[in-house]
Amino acid sequence: MNCEGIRFILDGKVITLDKLPPTTTLLQYLREGLGRTGTKEGCAEGDCGACTVVEGELCGSRIVYRAVNSCIRFIASFDGKEIVTVESLQSPAGKLHPVQQALVDCHGSQCGFCTPGFVMSLFALYLEDAAPGRAKVVDYLSGNLCRCTGYRPIIDAAAVAMILPEPEVWSRHDAQSESRRALHASITRTHSLNIAVAPGYVAPRALDELAGCYENNPGAVLLAGGTDIGLWVTKQLRDLPSIIYIGNVVGLATISETMDRIEIGAAVRLHEAYQAICAHYPALEELANRFASIPIRNSATLCGNLANGSPIGDSMPILLALGATLVLRRGGQTRTLPLDEFYLGYQKKALEPGEFIAAVRIPILHDSAGVKIVVASYKIAKRFDQDISALCGAYVVRIEAGLVTAARIAYGGMAATPQRARHSETALIGRPWSEDSLVAAGKAIAQDYRPISDMRASANYRLQVAGNLLKRLYLEHDAAATFPTRIPAVSTALRVESP
Amino acid sequence: MNTSTAKPCPSEVVGKAIRHESAHLHVAGRAFYTDDIPLPANTLHAALGMSTIAHGRLRAIDLSAVRTAPGVVAVMLAGDVPGHNTCGPIRDDDPIFADHLVQYVGQSLFAVAAQSVEAARRAVRLARIDYETLPAILDIRAALAAQSFVIPTQRLARGDPHAALAAAARRLRGTVEMGGQDQFYLEGHISVAIPQEDGAMLIHCSTQHPTEVQHKVAHALGRSAHDIIVQCRRMGGGFGGKESQPALFACAAALLAQKTGRAVKLRVDRDADMIMTGKRHDFIADYDVGFDASGRIQALLVMLASRCGYSADLSGPVNDRAMMHVDNAYFLEHVEIISHRCKTHTVSNTAFRGFGGPQGMLVIEQIIDDIARTLDLDPLAVRRVNYYAITERNITPYLQPVEDNVLALMTDQLEASSDYRARRERITVFNQHSPVIKRGIALTPVKFGISFNATLYNQAGALLHVYTDGTVLVNHGGTEMGQGLFTKVAQVVAEELGIPLASVRVSATDIGKVPNTSATAASSGSDLNGKAAQAAAHTIRQRLVDYACDKYALTADKVSFTQGRVTLGDKATDFAAFVLEAYGARISLSSTGYYSTPKIHYDRATLTGRPFYYFAYGVAVAEVAIDVLTGESRLLRVDILHDVGRSLNPAIDIGQIEGGFLQGAGWLTSEELCWNEHGELKTHAPSTYKIPTARDWPAQATVRLLEGEPNREDTIHRSKAVGEPPLMLAIAVLHAIRAAVASCGKRGVVLRLTAPATPESILRAINAVQKEGVDG
Ligand code: FES
Ligand code: FES
Repeated sequence: MNCEGIRFILDGKVITLDKLPPTTTLLQYLREGLGRTGTKEGCAEGDCGACTVVEGELCGSRIVYRAVNSCIRFIASFDGKEIVTVESLQSPAGKLHPVQQALVDCHGSQCGFCTPGFVMSLFALYLEDAAPGRAKVVDYLSGNLCRCTGYRPIIDAAAVAMILPEPEVWSRHDAQSESRRALHASITRTHSLNIAVAPGYVAPRALDELAGCYENNPGAVLLAGGTDIGLWVTKQLRDLPSIIYIGNVVGLATISETMDRIEIGAAVRLHEAYQAICAHYPALEELANRFASIPIRNSATLCGNLANGSPIGDSMPILLALGATLVLRRGGQTRTLPLDEFYLGYQKKALEPGEFIAAVRIPILHDSAGVKIVVASYKIAKRFDQDISALCGAYVVRIEAGLVTAARIAYGGMAATPQRARHSETALIGRPWSEDSLVAAGKAIAQDYRPISDMRASANYRLQVAGNLLKRLYLEHDAAATFPTRIPAVSTALRVESP
Repeated sequence: MNTSTAKPCPSEVVGKAIRHESAHLHVAGRAFYTDDIPLPANTLHAALGMSTIAHGRLRAIDLSAVRTAPGVVAVMLAGDVPGHNTCGPIRDDDPIFADHLVQYVGQSLFAVAAQSVEAARRAVRLARIDYETLPAILDIRAALAAQSFVIPTQRLARGDPHAALAAAARRLRGTVEMGGQDQFYLEGHISVAIPQEDGAMLIHCSTQHPTEVQHKVAHALGRSAHDIIVQCRRMGGGFGGKESQPALFACAAALLAQKTGRAVKLRVDRDADMIMTGKRHDFIADYDVGFDASGRIQALLVMLASRCGYSADLSGPVNDRAMMHVDNAYFLEHVEIISHRCKTHTVSNTAFRGFGGPQGMLVIEQIIDDIARTLDLDPLAVRRVNYYAITERNITPYLQPVEDNVLALMTDQLEASSDYRARRERITVFNQHSPVIKRGIALTPVKFGISFNATLYNQAGALLHVYTDGTVLVNHGGTEMGQGLFTKVAQVVAEELGIPLASVRVSATDIGKVPNTSATAASSGSDLNGKAAQAAAHTIRQRLVDYACDKYALTADKVSFTQGRVTLGDKATDFAAFVLEAYGARISLSSTGYYSTPKIHYDRATLTGRPFYYFAYGVAVAEVAIDVLTGESRLLRVDILHDVGRSLNPAIDIGQIEGGFLQGAGWLTSEELCWNEHGELKTHAPSTYKIPTARDWPAQATVRLLEGEPNREDTIHRSKAVGEPPLMLAIAVLHAIRAAVASCGKRGVVLRLTAPATPESILRAINAVQKEGVDG
């Protein structure tokens, strides 16, 4: 491995940086290094979107563009990619891009501080979808906060941008132009990146190399999307040990499927991971859409979420309920471990030094003759979008001839780790699939958990709702129910017939 | 369906839906905020050391490790302040750096200047502070029990409430509880101090109140006002949070700059911003109300108590305004309002859009709702029987007559256009068949008094230059925080001079140009500064008219200014050519303008008078759904009719209404401030403090401006202030939730729903009504 610099594309030029600490955030580099102050800091924790930029990455023959939070992404993780900021979008003559013009025309900015971030989220949407509906627009804006407008003009601007004339630069065509792709190809790395500047940064290309590297240096930080590790630097001002970045490892960025399971590699981003999961379990789409925000899902990885092991992480309950298995790698050795056995206590995991999660395997459960599988996960938080769960319940129930023959129930936010609800499961198994059984299972929750009270919810609330969610599970899957069981995510009032 | 409409009024520039003057810069990332201003190469970066306990004596502050930390250039403590170590807006009870005593977690103890932001922030963590912990009072009830107040209790009364209460047909007692709210401007607090020659200091500051920053910095540095120049081109949001709060950061930056002789930037991160700066006051209210069978209030006793935090800050006027909005839209013949301003060992609460008004209104709206539930009436019917009338029943508790009441008219209009009645019936039927999802609808009114309660702030100045190419530069005392003030002022000036809007530039607020400014607050920005700028433009226009009459032997009525042209009898010429000619004739093309609001007066001792020049009105209908299993809720539809008089700029006004409404909805639903038992704020970043997102704007929303009702007072083009009033339209959301919760239990049951109506709060309220039994 040779020492060299980070290379990325900005405004059509390749920039090489070899003196910058690799943990410099992209936002710091843009604002302080380049004086490109259009990109703003509103929180430095990935929760407000003022810092949103778009990253481009050559994937096969197409460049994929994603909105990401520049405040928590280390500059080194942009190696080999293109960075598009709010300053990039105007034509050389100063003409505004359609998403910018639409925001002007719709009165979409007031104080304007959030605006560059909205511009970039809308730009990512513009490149991806020429006719997005309201629901998609709202999803794409889930990571951007505005405190001045009521968002209405911004939502309107998304539609208006699509009907304005194509821009000179950064049209959909320009975004995929041959010269652009060639430029991308010119910086695509075929070997590992090794940055000597403190704290040191290695981005291996091969899985064996990664395994060796980490085995030799188990004190290093394994970095994937960095949506948590970024905060160690921006919020906790921690000095990181050397970093091993897994995002470039060939083979970790893949999703593979067999008849009965999906295997999701450690470098797969949440966005793609949940797409694969939801293809089999459409009931999980709401959970997927409520997982943080689009820019976070564009950086963070599913395995990173599992490895982080936060008691309130949203992926764990459903993966516990589905009976997922981790593929763990240490040096030359690979083993598998049920996710069930992975969380030992608060921030304690069943990992050996130098061992890491290489992939997660998720069983694919099918209905079959006489067997119905109910799969669901419910997240409860103060806000629909981009919020941390007060609690999150997940349920996989097997019903045969009207009886529950198997049930796996897990919750986040109820204990020091994401955990199965064994008493509740026991109360359900062998019982008829009925409201009474589910209510009884809900009562058993009180034996499973002793949750804490904190700023997200009180212990009483958590217990009551964890139980009630089992009732919801039943009602939602009760074909005979004649009444709504959920508030629509996109709101509509009752219609009144005009007189 | 998502419509926002307004009819423009027939002038050239004023009344048009003109885009924000900086919109093209905002979208391009080319609008400069304080953090974007290029600075001298040797600029230092500052950070503040904060108290980690809520209440205690400072035994020792050991900064030796801080001083020797990498990159540290200077350190500043209370004892190093050459002037006054204080930055409070009204009283001197807010030290810049705590001296001997700390009174909240996050209180500023010392400041560090270093080579980089990171170096400064890392260094402050190395301080070793030795405290002697004292018992802390952390909430309103504890403060009331301890009789702990920052300023004296106030009483506002009219009639004979106790006797009237005893005689009332029905009587009800209850409690109202509401949380505070963080301003959460997207741009956090920031100040840059740049030393100038001979002891002067230039301050770039994100502030709604440059003059106060000037005064506080001058006092801290031991200098005079004329040594300190404060500038602000724009803020990334203010909402009241940058009225008194910037002074701390400006003073700390200026002190370090004075000490080092180098420019110092102090930008606090989001967590420090939320921990160190004041918020909307949380309130509790106990009430005792007497009413008749129609729900008409016969007597009312209200005890208001707010959490002011450790110092007075703006709590006096905030609580006064709360008292003066307990009436909201309703005539209270016999009333007593007691207001306690509680001292707690938490951050000192401050201004936030509405300035106590929302809290006062929330109290009476719940009282009305409680009466309606008790009597099993439509709350709207109870609202209507209590509305101020036009010629009688129209005197407020503070003795100002309500002379411009348009609420009955507006309520009729909105009730019809929103289909309130039919939808309410439809919802009742829906709820009977929907055990899990319940809907609710409510219509609530807003009447909000416009003017600063403190009469002296109701004045403004402007400075206007016409250059010889016909372009205009105008400066005024207001600040731009996104509300579109600069746009409106430019419109007013363009209109007055009959020139295109493009010929007018509004320059950064600069107290070197316009001095002794009032805070841009109390919704007064365009009322005051629009008039002042108009006066300046008018003066110049008058000079030009006089010159023309003189030169061309015309009468004044033969001279007019429109669309960049000047008509001189039967000739016409370009404005630019004409001003060049006037310049040649040695006519002054620069003028100041000044305005002070007429008619207002207010006696602080009795809390009576005419504190408000006029009232702004609004009505909203909200429909929500709640989930009885989880307490989750969602706003499904909103219909708003709002009164801005004759709009200066309907696009901007609609923007203020929508934004204010959603901000209010956040206050009352998802935004929850939580402190732990040590007095530490646990919700100090957007990860834990949840303001509304795009999804929270309902797909069905109709926002309309009231038409045909110009301001009855002689305001700028007969417009009305719009900054604050729309926030309170969101009370309809809380009341729609109340209606939904009510449908979970028996009729006639009073609800216990505290604000914010988080899922937990809603579920608690549902549990409580269900305990009382359910209708069979
Ligand atoms: S600054 Fe808030 S998300 Fe990056
Ligand atoms: S325009 Fe001010 S935060 Fe969005």
